[in-house]
Amino acid sequence: MTEQSALELQAAGGHGAVPTTGVPSEQAPAAAARTEEPLWEVFIRARRGLSHVHVGSLHAPDAEMAVRNARDLYTRRQEGVSIWVVEATALTASSPDEKDAFFDPAADKIYRHPTFYTVPDGVEHL
Amino acid sequence: MRQADVSTTVESDTVTYALRLGDDALVLAQRTAEWIADAPQLEEDVALGNIALDLLGQARSLLTYAGQLEGAGRDEDALAYHRDERDFLNAQLTELPRGDFGFTVARMLIFSCYQHVLYDALQTSVDATLAAIAAKAVKEVRYHQDHAAHWAVRLGDGTPESHHRLQAGLDELWPYVHELFESDALTERLVEAGVAADPVPAEEPVLAEVRRVLAEATLALPEASVHHSGGRRGIHTEHMGRLLAEMQYLARSHPGASW
Repeated sequence: MTEQSALELQAAGGHGAVPTTGVPSEQAPAAAARTEEPLWEVFIRARRGLSHVHVGSLHAPDAEMAVRNARDLYTRRQEGVSIWVVEATALTASSPDEKDAFFDPAADKIYRHPTFYTVPDGVEHL
Repeated sequence: MRQADVSTTVESDTVTYALRLGDDALVLAQRTAEWIADAPQLEEDVALGNIALDLLGQARSLLTYAGQLEGAGRDEDALAYHRDERDFLNAQLTELPRGDFGFTVARMLIFSCYQHVLYDALQTSVDATLAAIAAKAVKEVRYHQDHAAHWAVRLGDGTPESHHRLQAGLDELWPYVHELFESDALTERLVEAGVAADPVPAEEPVLAEVRRVLAEATLALPEASVHHSGGRRGIHTEHMGRLLAEMQYLARSHPGASW
């Protein structure tokens, strides 16, 4: 083992369980694989929830495996009953630089805020 | 034979049967758990851990039931940690070393297909406890099967290296597959009594499903060769001793200890 280069040790199972001769192999499979697997954002809907909530992200080679990985990582403790996965590159997000122009103007337009009526007694779940 | 003798035989047969199923799950749980903190990806680490835990849960239920039926005061821990090699009744397929990821996927594919057919049939057992255990387990193994099939297709129909490793795994496993479908006098008695699921007719649907997945994965089941057997009688490969040494060491060093 001492003679081998660092590159060989990167192969999966480089502790000797993997045959290093006679197997057709490309360069550093572990390193190459991680950079090829896309990132997916995961949304879970709880049993009593109405909408899917973002819970985190994971890597997977494709959409089907992403759903299964999400099941393993994000529903272990009965967090939800429905999973959405979206490839991270498909998401478009607002930029923090635009935060002021995007969100501040709404703050002082109080006529849009739903806070000017009193809820009658006995009305629930409004 | 008096009625009491007949039911005693069914009961003691069921102890052995539950141990066979439980030991299958326990030994494979142990092998699968060897991937924890050593898996190729973080997501797969958790997935394999979940699968191992599912199998361990099945083992706990089955061993506990066997101990109760036996009535000799042995609980699940006594059976798991204080039996010797010759008393374990798992199929030899389950005790083979962890291998590489290709081998693991190949074994998971074959064994989860087998467990799916087995537990599906066992749900209608006249033994209420076995039927209940099977009803819960069948959902778990359906996911194991799904997981293994997805990986088998991606690895088999992947790079030349992944294809080679998965095929090598199948080749290594094949001599141990037939044992899953063997029967003996005890099994036949229990099938007759409506307690056990008959393993012999299970071979066709299990291998058909395995072949279906392998076809999509551009892999092939090896041709007939040597068939190893003996696990159901306590005869094991040289790997079983090492597995038990690791699994039982702590409990045997501190007998009677509790958390």
